[in-house]
Amino acid sequence: MRTEEVDLEPDEGEVLTLHARLGLTDDEYQQILHRLGREPSRSELAMYSVMWSEHCSYKSSRVHLRRFPTEAPWVVVGPGENAGVVDVGEGWLAALRIESHNHPSFVEPHEGAATGVGGIIRDIFTMGARPIALWDSLRFGPLDQPRNRYLFAGVVSGIAAYGNAVGVPTVGGELAFAEHYSDNPLVNVMCLGLLRAEDLVLATSGPPGTIAVLLGAPTGRDGIGGASILASASFDETSLEKRPSVQVGDPFAEKKLIEACLELYRRKLVVGVQDLGAAGLSCAISEPVSRSGHGITVDLDLVHTREPEMTAPELLMSESQERMMAFVHPDRVDEVIEVARRWETEASVVGEVTSSENVVVSHAGEIVVDIPAQSLTTEAPRYQRPLGEPGWMEDLWSNTIKFVAQPAIATGLLQLLAEPELGSKAWIYEQYDHMLFLNTVVGPGHDATLLRLKGTDRGLALSTDGNGRVCYLDPRRGAARLVWEAALNVAMVGAEPLAVVDNLNFGNPEKPEVMWQFRETVEGISEACEALGVPVVGGNVSFYNETDGLDIYPSPVIGMLGLVEELLLPPPRLDRAEPEMAVYLVGNEWAPNLAGSAFEKVTFGHVGGRPTGPDRAMGRAAVTAARRLAEAGIPVLHDVSMGGSGLALAEICIASGVGASVAYSDWRFLFSEDPHRFLAVAPAVADDTITALCSEVGVPFLRIGTMGGDAIVFDRGGVRAAVDLTLATETWRKALPEHLRN
Amino acid sequence: MTKVAVILFPGTNCELDTVEALGNLGADAQIVWHSDSDLAGFDGVVLPGGFAHGDYLRTGAIARLSPVMKGVASMAEAGRPVLGICNGFQILCEAGLLPGGFIANRGLSFLCKWVDLEVADQGSILTAGMQRGTHLRLPLNSYEGNFVAGSREVRVVLTYRDNLNGSEHAAAAVANEAGNVVGVMPHPERASADWLGSADGNLLLGSFLQAAAA
Amino acid sequence: MAITRRPEIADPEGATVKKALTDLGYNEVSTVRFDRSITLEVEGDDANRARERAIEMCNRLLVNPVLEDYTLEVEA
Repeated sequence: MRTEEVDLEPDEGEVLTLHARLGLTDDEYQQILHRLGREPSRSELAMYSVMWSEHCSYKSSRVHLRRFPTEAPWVVVGPGENAGVVDVGEGWLAALRIESHNHPSFVEPHEGAATGVGGIIRDIFTMGARPIALWDSLRFGPLDQPRNRYLFAGVVSGIAAYGNAVGVPTVGGELAFAEHYSDNPLVNVMCLGLLRAEDLVLATSGPPGTIAVLLGAPTGRDGIGGASILASASFDETSLEKRPSVQVGDPFAEKKLIEACLELYRRKLVVGVQDLGAAGLSCAISEPVSRSGHGITVDLDLVHTREPEMTAPELLMSESQERMMAFVHPDRVDEVIEVARRWETEASVVGEVTSSENVVVSHAGEIVVDIPAQSLTTEAPRYQRPLGEPGWMEDLWSNTIKFVAQPAIATGLLQLLAEPELGSKAWIYEQYDHMLFLNTVVGPGHDATLLRLKGTDRGLALSTDGNGRVCYLDPRRGAARLVWEAALNVAMVGAEPLAVVDNLNFGNPEKPEVMWQFRETVEGISEACEALGVPVVGGNVSFYNETDGLDIYPSPVIGMLGLVEELLLPPPRLDRAEPEMAVYLVGNEWAPNLAGSAFEKVTFGHVGGRPTGPDRAMGRAAVTAARRLAEAGIPVLHDVSMGGSGLALAEICIASGVGASVAYSDWRFLFSEDPHRFLAVAPAVADDTITALCSEVGVPFLRIGTMGGDAIVFDRGGVRAAVDLTLATETWRKALPEHLRN
Repeated sequence: MTKVAVILFPGTNCELDTVEALGNLGADAQIVWHSDSDLAGFDGVVLPGGFAHGDYLRTGAIARLSPVMKGVASMAEAGRPVLGICNGFQILCEAGLLPGGFIANRGLSFLCKWVDLEVADQGSILTAGMQRGTHLRLPLNSYEGNFVAGSREVRVVLTYRDNLNGSEHAAAAVANEAGNVVGVMPHPERASADWLGSADGNLLLGSFLQAAAA
Repeated sequence: MAITRRPEIADPEGATVKKALTDLGYNEVSTVRFDRSITLEVEGDDANRARERAIEMCNRLLVNPVLEDYTLEVEA
């Protein structure tokens, strides 16, 4: 069954016009008429519909994204290309990108997540880099609903099936649950690649006469209209009928394509490449020539296809996976085809770059498209959508819990440990190959992943962070805190923050409240990045994450890359605490604030109040202190974030298999998630180092207790709350599997 | 220098790691493409892990037909050491160079996890000279890691202490009768440095290299 | 019940196996498709009701309507 949205044939009695069925507004259609001075053909309309879609054109977000700081001496390629590229030293460049596959994962969780992994990997090797690691940031509705369990299990299996088989390890990520994601799960995947400086490839077409060679899997009727319809519209009950748009991933084809492309780059056989993702061929033929200011002629009859009798619009809109467009000097075409053949990958010469400014496409001997390349790309609509602070913010901020008595600390901690969001993620990451390439020094289950930079003494630290609750309560503070948290996370393994990529997941941009949340988020990320001196090198915007009118929490996800100049082995890890070691809380003491905390949500089902904002000076100092403590050989450093210092301590105890006893003054400090704080655990001999270092950097610190025993003990003036370590460990270990068994 | 062929099928992904780990132990490990059938000049051969031909149809079923498998069979016949790791183990079984085969893990999910092993037989090229009962720590990384012997006799070289994937005889590594062809499901090359979690894999690869040098 | 991949959905496994067969010289093979079959043994003597229930099972669990079609046979 094909849905109306993808049916390009005229339909008797159909009320909607063709452009509306393709997702273009009447105004946008008028714009096309005006630009061309004539009616567009069916194929032209198909191209405009995908290229002007929210997903491809960023038409609602572009005016805001300009705010991001994007420059630094180490930035080689900033936003706008397929991935950001930064210099990580000794001739090595790192390519980084994050992207969402939210709607496809709702429609078909396994294939949706799998093709999301495939897409982000292509973005990385399009730059000339070998993809070396993946992270996934996942958000679902509560697991007590069967549909959410199905989506969750499907997404994890899809990531595992594709990532493992394609040979790119999944080395970290994050996971959250909230009712708001029930019918709109968020699946964001980040990929890191490495390349030598001289191997950088850009998505440009080269001069006129350059030949366009389509590499990879044959084109079928997969995902037609995926960008314009699935990724750029809201969901309702009829969404499940949009299912035929979903593509099937083939990691084997992608693996061969990776190796073929890397060989093409190594042998300098291409002048530019563009992967085929959303908007498929339409994008791959128009964007590269638009960048270089040329035109192109393409013959669709030369495209290798999987299905017979595909129409021109179908060929132009297909989102078949595992395809790449290479731009090749005419003298090197035979070599390119030979390399592809050896890697058992198909290759077709489909077009030629021209000195005109038009994209000219023929099919079955007829010209079906003849339009200016720029009209598809740089001239795509941009909207300054109305925005306004939601009326509910004041109410949210004043909606706080007044505690009349201290709740039971031990029970509270056990409840946190039993939350699938906070408990062990081993059930997930044990399904992912997280060791391939022998780079994983610190793997999943820590604040940040630490990878060695092979052949050097350097290391790369990466973290993904999100927190929908805090961002909902204050989008600007929440987003800024995520940047600071990610920075502190990479500092936990000794890295200095270097670059940010962001995935901005939001509701319907046509609602002023959502656009306000978006603007505030961009502002928060920008402020924090400026304070840290870290550029944004790439990102992805996913709008229309709403179902039946309910928008998701504003859910930015921050990916942070940090650099360790000299890798210390072993680096700080959660499992290196030993009996007798001292426990320190490093960082600012704020007025206790539980707004947006996991503790309030888990214990009282409450989400309200106004979260504490970040502090530039303290944030910077905490990051520096953490990095220098790691360099000084402190065995355990652990960021205080969701669940507060109480949960952070428990995580150290569980990982190390040793109890601890710490003192506290106000119980709220144990569960507060206020920023710029971390725990350090060190032998007594290191006390002088910690004292000297923290004083020098200007960060408050407090020795709060000692490791040892078989319980996690919180002590206030002799009144003790204790959680048995074995019980804590079991509770934490079973948190996710227990909820999946329901 | 001991020269080892590391076979690359389309879809293999552990070839670089295997070359690196063997290189760290002093070997000259070279990648050989699956369409080359001649392994003359090599002292031993490793079939590394990954997803040869996408694991489509059955793991190893298509790889078994590659020209290079003729060379691998000749090496096996000549008594040269042949080692299959993970997917390489599955390919050796499909090719009939080792007994048995594989089905999905007992828990029906992919498992990437450190496991504890014991040496059960010190007569193979993988475990030569090691005490029976020696404890080793290596990572598993497989979906079809559940070894099935069928009715055949098998020479089990390494066993799991905790048999997570449900393998018959708790077999983590199996040898042919002569002991020169061995398949191992966990990855020795991933246990090649303490900072990776264990260096026990070097004991196994070292034993393999010694046999290759002989 | 025979569960088949919908014609417009890619079948990477089938395509790979077709290539392997071609490499072995079986040039006459034009398509390889990986389909599934499920056999259920059910209690009862009403074939129509059995069919209705089986259709329901397919729609609710056994078949992934995104990727698959199915046909159903009831035998006494």
